Amino acid sequence: MKVGVVIFPGSNCDQDAVYAFQNQFGCETLTLWHKDNDLQGCDLIFLPGGFSYGDYLRSGAIARFSPIMQHVIEFASKGGVVFGVCNGFQILCESHLLPGALLHNAHQKFNCKNVFISAQTSNSAITSTIIPGTALKIPIAHGEGKYYCDDPTLASLKANDQILFRYCDEQGNITDEANPNGSLENIAGICNEKRNVFGMMPHPERAVDADLYNTDGRLLFESLLSMAVSR
Amino acid sequence: MKFIAEINIMPQKALLDPQGKAVTGSMKNIGLPGITNVRIGKHITLEVDAATEADARQHVDDACKKLLANLIMETYDFTIHPSA
Repeated sequence: MKVGVVIFPGSNCDQDAVYAFQNQFGCETLTLWHKDNDLQGCDLIFLPGGFSYGDYLRSGAIARFSPIMQHVIEFASKGGVVFGVCNGFQILCESHLLPGALLHNAHQKFNCKNVFISAQTSNSAITSTIIPGTALKIPIAHGEGKYYCDDPTLASLKANDQILFRYCDEQGNITDEANPNGSLENIAGICNEKRNVFGMMPHPERAVDADLYNTDGRLLFESLLSMAVSR
Repeated sequence: MKFIAEINIMPQKALLDPQGKAVTGSMKNIGLPGITNVRIGKHITLEVDAATEADARQHVDDACKKLLANLIMETYDFTIHPSA
């Protein structure tokens, strides 16, 4: 699988993603600059975390109109696989590739810590080999991660099985206390209706190396890459 | 012709505005407990070159819908007047 990691001015998790895909999983990985007009034949586009364009106006709002994103949007509309983490998730929502929006955390604080999330379905490329309900320890680092959508959108997310991850406690219980930012119904990650665009606030790419004593993020990458093999 | 637009973007009424909530809380601290329900948004001014005020209004509305506001979480309104 050939992976393209997009770099916007202000991205700061791009090299973590490159390291995960290339060094940990052996994927051919290249970086794509936000002004590029070519996805260079990549099979998967990864939008990394960070503060694209300084988070000016709203997180992801300006990145959404950068040249590369017009190609990413076209790629996604043709069924191409796009995965956004943190600021990448915010950009995907601003691009309307994913429904809803990410608001300021309910407590107004920037949150940087390990949290637990559990997969809600195995019917997606990034959760296909994960047992639903199992608590995974994955780091978060965001100030604007409170997932929000209106009631009809929430109903359609549920009806179409698009909620991929919810924040939970270490035992896998989905509680208010385990919700680190006030996200609607503890939602931490979703996919689009066609199931080729994925977004989540927690950072699985920061939890893939045994040297860092946290490898739960590997499960998402293994799911994603097993899908590529079976294609 | 040049026009100036003054745009207000506010968090939707149904949504919690944590900034506004924090500032509301501090009103007590400055001895003004009668002030409640502070809500904080953005004020944007910009200049528009357009043939008519209606055209200028259309450009500003497009800018708000496409970029300046996210209608999932925000509302906007604006006024427009000729540049002096």
